[in-house]
Amino acid sequence: MSDRETVVNITVNGQPVEAQPGEWVIAAAERAGVYIPHFCYHPRMSSVGMCRMCIVDIDAGRGPALQPSCMVEVSEGMVVDTTSEQTRKAQDGVLEFLLLNHPLDCPVCDKGGECPLQDQTMAYGPGESRFIEEKRHFEKPIPVNSLVYLDRERCILCDRCTRFADEVAGDPLITFQDRGDQTQVNTFPDLPFSSYFSGNTVQICPVGALTAVPYRFKARPWDLTEVESTYPNPMGDRVVVQASRDQVLRYQGVDSDAVNWGWLTDKDRFSFEATASELRLGSPLIRGTPLGRPDPGGSELVETSWRQALTLAADAIRGAVEDKGPQSVAVLGGARLTNEDQYAWARLVKGVIGTDNVDAQLDDGLPADVVLGLPRATINRSCTPGGTVILMAPDPKEEQGTLYLRLRHAVVNDGVQLIELTPRATGLSHLAAHRLHHRPAEAAAVAAALVGGDIDAGPDGEIGGVPGDALAAAAAALADRADKPITVIVGRPSLAETDGPTVDAVAELARFAKLLAAGGRPGIAFLPALHRGNVLGALDMGLAPGLLPGRVSLDDGGSALAQLWGAVPAAPGADARGILKAAANGHIDVLVLLGADPLGDFPDQDLANAALEAVGTIIASDLFLNPSSARAHIVFPAAGFGERQGTHTNMEGRVTRERQIVTSPGTARADWAIATELARMLGADFGFGSPEDVWEEITRVAPSHRDVSQEAIDAAADGAVVADSSIAFSPPEGPTSVPHVDAYSLRLVSTRRMYDRGTLFQHVPSLAKLAPNAVLALNPYDFDRVGVDSGTEVQVISNVGELDMPVVADPGVPRGTAAFGYNHPDLDVRALIDNDSVVTDLRIQT
Amino acid sequence: MARLNSNSLAIAQEIIGRYPVPRSALIPLLHLAQEQDGYVAEDAMAHIAELVEVTPAEVMGTCSFYEMLKREPVGDYMVNICNGISCHLLGASALIHHAEDTLGVKPGGTTDDGKITLEAVECIAACTEAPCLQVNYRYRNQVTTEDFDQLVADLRADAAGVAPHGQLAKVRQHVSEDRWAGVSPPHGQGEPAWMARNPSDNGDGS
Repeated sequence: MSDRETVVNITVNGQPVEAQPGEWVIAAAERAGVYIPHFCYHPRMSSVGMCRMCIVDIDAGRGPALQPSCMVEVSEGMVVDTTSEQTRKAQDGVLEFLLLNHPLDCPVCDKGGECPLQDQTMAYGPGESRFIEEKRHFEKPIPVNSLVYLDRERCILCDRCTRFADEVAGDPLITFQDRGDQTQVNTFPDLPFSSYFSGNTVQICPVGALTAVPYRFKARPWDLTEVESTYPNPMGDRVVVQASRDQVLRYQGVDSDAVNWGWLTDKDRFSFEATASELRLGSPLIRGTPLGRPDPGGSELVETSWRQALTLAADAIRGAVEDKGPQSVAVLGGARLTNEDQYAWARLVKGVIGTDNVDAQLDDGLPADVVLGLPRATINRSCTPGGTVILMAPDPKEEQGTLYLRLRHAVVNDGVQLIELTPRATGLSHLAAHRLHHRPAEAAAVAAALVGGDIDAGPDGEIGGVPGDALAAAAAALADRADKPITVIVGRPSLAETDGPTVDAVAELARFAKLLAAGGRPGIAFLPALHRGNVLGALDMGLAPGLLPGRVSLDDGGSALAQLWGAVPAAPGADARGILKAAANGHIDVLVLLGADPLGDFPDQDLANAALEAVGTIIASDLFLNPSSARAHIVFPAAGFGERQGTHTNMEGRVTRERQIVTSPGTARADWAIATELARMLGADFGFGSPEDVWEEITRVAPSHRDVSQEAIDAAADGAVVADSSIAFSPPEGPTSVPHVDAYSLRLVSTRRMYDRGTLFQHVPSLAKLAPNAVLALNPYDFDRVGVDSGTEVQVISNVGELDMPVVADPGVPRGTAAFGYNHPDLDVRALIDNDSVVTDLRIQT
Repeated sequence: MARLNSNSLAIAQEIIGRYPVPRSALIPLLHLAQEQDGYVAEDAMAHIAELVEVTPAEVMGTCSFYEMLKREPVGDYMVNICNGISCHLLGASALIHHAEDTLGVKPGGTTDDGKITLEAVECIAACTEAPCLQVNYRYRNQVTTEDFDQLVADLRADAAGVAPHGQLAKVRQHVSEDRWAGVSPPHGQGEPAWMARNPSDNGDGS
């Protein structure tokens, strides 16, 4: 800051202030502790000077004059006076004007008590209005979509919501309409503000014009208590959880510079309805008769005590270990728990029971060495101005909402060039500098050509379905910006193919990363875009085969950990698919499901079904009964978000706190406590009395977490980033061979939609109905080939199954490819996915 | 009365071609829609949104800002009688009353035959010719009640020499294809195509 070049010296109310070049006066003043009242100005959006509330005396050398401080950049020697008589009169006048048409219905307004207009009128406004005429009238709240209501009478036309929709979300579906005193915010008739991010407009509305349906008339702000926490999604969005009378009523985004900038998706924002649901499990369940009597072979799940449920579980585990050895116990899931929960389960399973058959991912993610063995990017690194992002992941708009917002901002405002290497268009495609939409499962060839510098497009002029000249242009653009950071966002771009092709493509990029690093450039780093809340924490805590807590493999860290834990598994175990196959073959006696639903989530439904059928005892720990846990023999009710204390790890490896504000329903317990109790019954005393104890042990046991003490997490506003890893990426030995697609078939791409049939989502009444129904999307040019019209109901046939569904035209789907959502509530695409093949080909019959 | 018909669509495409970015053609296309239907229908707005790659809400926002873009059907002829101060002093009120009696509608209303919409407007900048009015934005000066009756008779017979509401000019501007602007690269990635066009131009607009 002392560098002359980068500092602009101004004076605010007599105090010298060092401002940054290009900074708005209002922002510089705020950093210096001088608050200038405002309504339309928002630090994460462009300035528009709509509300005029921030006018202050600014003297830039030509004498003091009233100017809007959100529209004036600081300049050397500028003198700002926010307390002058002239300023005070101006603020008084602006507020009187703003209140001309604003109804004084504060006593029945949801915003009352936390309303900037109310607060600033009290602080800066006139005591009385001279306006005696009729105020303007509009129909009282109209829905702009099913989640957000708009009261146009209260609106002061600050342009925040419309700017958010246009600039931040990229869904400009609400605009100013009409003009003069009739100006109003509205949608196009019968075209709702259908955005995944609409709830943010409610949070940033400076008056009570926009209200969220799930919160309307539920509480007054002064009745709410709140804690700052981390929403358990892979982005680790920072939130404030607000509750009243032991019930969570609202989540608000927190402006965290490194993560979500204050934004949340509607899916996350309104998910408190699920945690507060009446259908939450509140008591342990075991098998019993319809009359409620415990009976191991019973058809029903009946309530029981923790003691009995834990005893039964411990007996089942002990029996299985004695009978067939520790490998007959397996664990699926755990990706939605806190780090402490995950560690406690990992220690129980690997250290006490001694099995390595553990997987937090349900064959819908990436191998642990890809996630932990490559240089990890941060979100801020991927948004570095002028940098390059290679998107090799599912659509961030559907799966990682706030990452989409950050990337969108980076591309639109900071000149980040986006190269899309996906099998179909995503929500970012229209912003991508280069769209390399390849044939499903052929990413590796395209990636090799992109970074290899040698594009041999062959006789048909394309590689993996991507035209050679498009690839050449992308390769040139990539090389051109190689002096700036390159970030690869890596995930599973389609669940209708195995992870092999993606890992092959990663290997190509990793080779290039080494070359770049040797040249002393910022090089390539990877940002994993995986599914499920704390999946990155699960990998860090060792909930994967062959892995131990602290990003260390069983082979490397086993002997060191055995001294602390007493024992570690003898040999690496199986992944989710391996576990389910072993179970189906009768090798697994006890299957533990930690918030996992293999029946609903695992790509091979038949295998999951056969496995659950064959397992002797299924133990589930969950918030709700899902299709899988409904078939369990013992169910533990677990504490959910807002009811548990702990830490969360996001996609960058950033560890932040999750805090408790309400009690869990019934006798539900945190997972670390369940694991600790179960361990005690199996003869091991972990000595954990609180999640803090667990974290303390993690910092002792996990090599990568040695420096991440409680204090380190709390020291910075954005938590602590875990960067060390002793896992190395092991490139596959040979490329996955992908069969040629024949001329009569379409190759399937299946990706998740944000609104889906997931258990949590379906328990949010405000959202559940928004999940779209299934359609098969084809390129418009393929309709001639198939011989049907858009909208026709067709029969879709694969090697393993068939489904009836409508086809629609979607230019975002490349020719020869068919796209289908993975998780629609009405139709399950898994009936079509051929799990014995790398890819699935479809035929269409009318 | 809905989306742009094939004739309008061809013109629309030519208009879009004149601009480096499609959304620049938004207002010309709103005029085109008004020319087709006499007003801008909601379906036409949705169609324009598709053509210029913005959302229907943005089209509505722009369209509703401008008084002269009508979002409800109006008569073939908009008769706007000036009620500014000069016209008022020289008898505009009497003229408006006479118009109301003759046409049987209040200002803002349309006659039953759908021919004439009456409006009273503020100063239309022809004070030397007061009282004055506009028929589809074409001036009639120093209008007496007799002149008005004659005008109405002519309009009802389509004999006033005024094009129906929505048509901006008798001659349509035509820009030959080699003078089109071309498509510009995405925002922030180089200059639009038309900037690099015609290297022989001496750059002074000649």
